[in-house]
Amino acid sequence: MEFKDRYDRNFNTFSPEEQKKLGASTVAIIGLGGLGGGVCEMLARVGIGRLILVDGDVFEASNLNRQVLSEERLMGVPKAEAARDRVRAVNSGIEVIHRIEFLDEKTLYETIKGSDVVMDCLDSIDTRFKLQDAAKKAGVPLVSGAIAGVTGQVTTIFPEDKGYALIYGEKSRKQGKGVETKTGNIAYCALFTAALQSSECVKIILNRGDILRNKLLIAELWTNLFEVMDLV
Amino acid sequence: MIKIDLRLFVTLSGYLPENNECFEIHGDTTVEKLVRDLGIPDGLVKLIFINGKREDRTYILKQGDRVGLFPPVGGG
Repeated sequence: MEFKDRYDRNFNTFSPEEQKKLGASTVAIIGLGGLGGGVCEMLARVGIGRLILVDGDVFEASNLNRQVLSEERLMGVPKAEAARDRVRAVNSGIEVIHRIEFLDEKTLYETIKGSDVVMDCLDSIDTRFKLQDAAKKAGVPLVSGAIAGVTGQVTTIFPEDKGYALIYGEKSRKQGKGVETKTGNIAYCALFTAALQSSECVKIILNRGDILRNKLLIAELWTNLFEVMDLV
Repeated sequence: MIKIDLRLFVTLSGYLPENNECFEIHGDTTVEKLVRDLGIPDGLVKLIFINGKREDRTYILKQGDRVGLFPPVGGG
């Protein structure tokens, strides 16, 4: 498929040079559930050239309410496999590396090393701290999304930033889940938050626009509250 | 007494008092005391924003402050 046809509607929001820059970039998406599935879909369509897709989990019925990659016929199928197939179906020009495993500190670092951006689409706070540590070590900026019910939050953490300690507190390194265990997660909030994460990713790669660095964007959809808070 | 604009998010919303947008408190109240007075269990408040900026629990509230309290949000 011709470059100019495939990306015709990206122009001139992106210039052809910017589109090529996206095509020459690598993004690692860690977690392929409600957030990661949406991020995967959007970054594939935007035209990121290389995607590293990581999740050790398989689909189950409770994913169907919000995870775009989940389908009834895919129950029991690894999420990373479904993500790979989806990217291939949407944009066969993308190089996909998929890993069906839950990563630890060492493998996280090995997996994200050399990426231009890491997307934190995980579902537990302790693992988020581990991914942040790996991203700092690898010198890669991290775009974080987190959701509970109809509340979403997004921030971008550069290697030298304090990051999650400002949001969850350093003492929360060992905390598992947040309040999403009580609220569940709603489809439109997951995809809305994934969209904001995707936007941050593109802005980092293109070095364009305002990035949520040391800031936390909070959206609360019952009351239509959208606010960018200063973390420092 | 001073008045603050108080917002409680996600699972904290159950602790929201009446008249929260014009909530009356003593002049020397810290966020920590406010949280206790609202009956919010220890450890449930993870993020405190005053007028759009992150603050600590020791922050002393001032007249007209816009206060937002958040529990930990970690889902994906």
